[in-house]
Amino acid sequence: MALETSDIQNKLVDNFELITTNFEQQHDIFTFEVDSESIIEVMTFLRDDKTLRFNFLTDVCGIHYPDNEIDRQFAVVYHMHNWMDNVRIRIKCFLNGENPEIDTVTSLFLGANWQERETYDFYGIIFKGHPQLKRILNMDEMTSFPMRKEFPLEDGGRTDKDDRFFGRTTDNC
Amino acid sequence: MSDSKVNIVDAPEGVQGEGFFATKLSDVVGLARANSLWPLPFATSCCGIEFMATMASHYDVARFGSERMSFSPRQADMLLVMGTIAKKMAPILRQVYEQMAEPRWVIAVGACASSGGIFDTYSVLQGIDKVIPVDVYVPGCPPRPEQILDGVMRLQDLVKSESVRRRSSPEYQELLASYNIS
Amino acid sequence: MSDLLLPPELRYADIIKQRQNEDGSELSILNLGPTHPATHGIFQNILLMDGERIVEGEGTVGYIHRAFEKIAENRPFYQITPLTDRMNYCSSPINNMGWWMTLEKALNIEVPKRVQYLRVIVMELARIADHIICNSVLGVDTGALTGFLYVFQFREKIYEIYEEICGARLTTNMGRIGGFEREWSPAAFKKINDFLEEFPPVWQEFENLLLRNRIFMDRTINVGPISAERAMSYGFTGPNLRASGIDYDIRVMQPYSSYEDFDFKIPVGQSGDTYDRFCVRNAEVWESISIIKQALAKMPEGPFHANVPDYYLPPKEDVYTTMEALIYHFKIVMGEIPVPVTEVYHPVEGGNGELGFYLITDGSRTPFRLHFRRPCFIYYQAFNEMVKGQMLSDAIATLSSLNVIAGELDA
Repeated sequence: MALETSDIQNKLVDNFELITTNFEQQHDIFTFEVDSESIIEVMTFLRDDKTLRFNFLTDVCGIHYPDNEIDRQFAVVYHMHNWMDNVRIRIKCFLNGENPEIDTVTSLFLGANWQERETYDFYGIIFKGHPQLKRILNMDEMTSFPMRKEFPLEDGGRTDKDDRFFGRTTDNC
Repeated sequence: MSDSKVNIVDAPEGVQGEGFFATKLSDVVGLARANSLWPLPFATSCCGIEFMATMASHYDVARFGSERMSFSPRQADMLLVMGTIAKKMAPILRQVYEQMAEPRWVIAVGACASSGGIFDTYSVLQGIDKVIPVDVYVPGCPPRPEQILDGVMRLQDLVKSESVRRRSSPEYQELLASYNIS
Repeated sequence: MSDLLLPPELRYADIIKQRQNEDGSELSILNLGPTHPATHGIFQNILLMDGERIVEGEGTVGYIHRAFEKIAENRPFYQITPLTDRMNYCSSPINNMGWWMTLEKALNIEVPKRVQYLRVIVMELARIADHIICNSVLGVDTGALTGFLYVFQFREKIYEIYEEICGARLTTNMGRIGGFEREWSPAAFKKINDFLEEFPPVWQEFENLLLRNRIFMDRTINVGPISAERAMSYGFTGPNLRASGIDYDIRVMQPYSSYEDFDFKIPVGQSGDTYDRFCVRNAEVWESISIIKQALAKMPEGPFHANVPDYYLPPKEDVYTTMEALIYHFKIVMGEIPVPVTEVYHPVEGGNGELGFYLITDGSRTPFRLHFRRPCFIYYQAFNEMVKGQMLSDAIATLSSLNVIAGELDA
């Protein structure tokens, strides 16, 4: 018996009416949004329910939308996979731009530990309850969050590169 | 024995006689050092795999005297930095360089070690010569094993012609001081 | 648990002060530092040791963080392929093909059957190359240096095949959106056929050297085990997960690039220890050889690229003579290719597991967000748990068998 996206949607709407919204099919992955306060409940339900059975957390990543309104500036995206019925879903949780906080899912999936640390390192999103939320890929002394759109790609302190020869001005680099 | 195709290194210029061979000390020392350079493979990324290919039987860097890969800095002559050095790694590279005993040489293998390569980002050190003095740069991304061997051969030329007093000369001390290496 | 935010050395120093063994000895801290002959790549593990046994450990990564995801936000799509090469650099064609397939999914491009079969051949060659390195280096770490030198010669043969196809040895930057940049030359097919004849006896010899070797078995059985449930919870995929007993392989679960046309088995282990990982990779090489033979036998005729002039560089003769080709060439090289606003996630079975590309486009010439789901980063978290209570030399063997590639770990 295959798990149809309508089944997933109906089950979610039945149990979590107001906090799961915006269901859509993006290429071959069914995507929906969840309120950031209830991510643990929804994910536990997705993992433990007998028909949904999303047993594998494929990926956790963050996105910065600087052009959105202040309540939807950051997003944490979870990809989950049901191995029995071979169905993938994508869950998006939008977070406030000034204070991005969300609960950690390491209690449900151990693999989320380092992935959430990486998201914190890149975007500054705080995962409440994470056992060890510190920087992982960048240097520990770094104070800014490099994947945010306002952070420049190149190192500002280079002395051997003359920007005039690269056509770079303060506007476009 | 006469049909052996093994090439051995030429003897330096000198005066030869019955049971003796007189030449300059620096030539002999240079010859010995150049043909027995023990590398410290500081392999970080893709260039490290090309080094593994250089070390393997097809390209065989052992022909050039680098038979033993010394992973201990104290026992190594040349530091082969292969791959991208991130800013997080730079203090460690420097510590390894400082632990090496004189005479020591450094080859920067690959574009990332020479100048940061294609990674012009906030987290990558734009060339290892920002933290340690480098003798030979081997460009490439990654360089073919023949290029790495060419780099080793250039270093051998440098080593052969180096003066035995170089390491205590004021120019060398000034070079180290410019990197804050005591 | 705020003291987990302290560096591990300070935490362990406290534990050492508090705890003393009965015979008066005390625990010690060992820095399995970033540069180590046995760590193939740079990552650090600070271990709390009780003599030779590991009590606890913590890993630090990021020593080769090159900010791929940030670079990808500033580069047009064709310029991102060299970045994907340098993630798992032991099997870069798999990364390249995965990226092209992600783009083709986002742009809704259908590639011809011949291209799919050629992609399968080059991806399976890359998988063989990756497993050659992992298994022979596991041999080196347990003391068997000869096997490494023997099979590495065949990695040179695979490099020669890559050179015939795209010109480069290691970081291949192979292919285009919709196919390959040129038809594979007869020399390439001859080299592949020669490889398929010469390699199996050598791999058999390597297998005979190590697989039932008493010393190797003693060094690797029950070393670094992980159970299937823990592995799944940690997000393991690929040979490391299959060694624990779960047969999850994306080539079978979600076939891409015509993998459903080929008949191959998925080798599975039992206890998830180092010996099982070695055996799984060993068996996968045999399966890959079989897939390449099947693909060569059933190779369909046809074009070597899809007919997508918006995305695929036109031939140079046309660029110099016709106006449309000149305009397409200009637009593609400048990166102004028409890309819809979409979100796509495409996984491929890399040498280490599920390599996923999560691409969000916003209609401009660069991606809005590109995230790589890197299998090495995800399963390396479990390393300290896998070696708890084992000896230091077991930790080295486990680390080799996990096949952690630093470029993929840090990106």
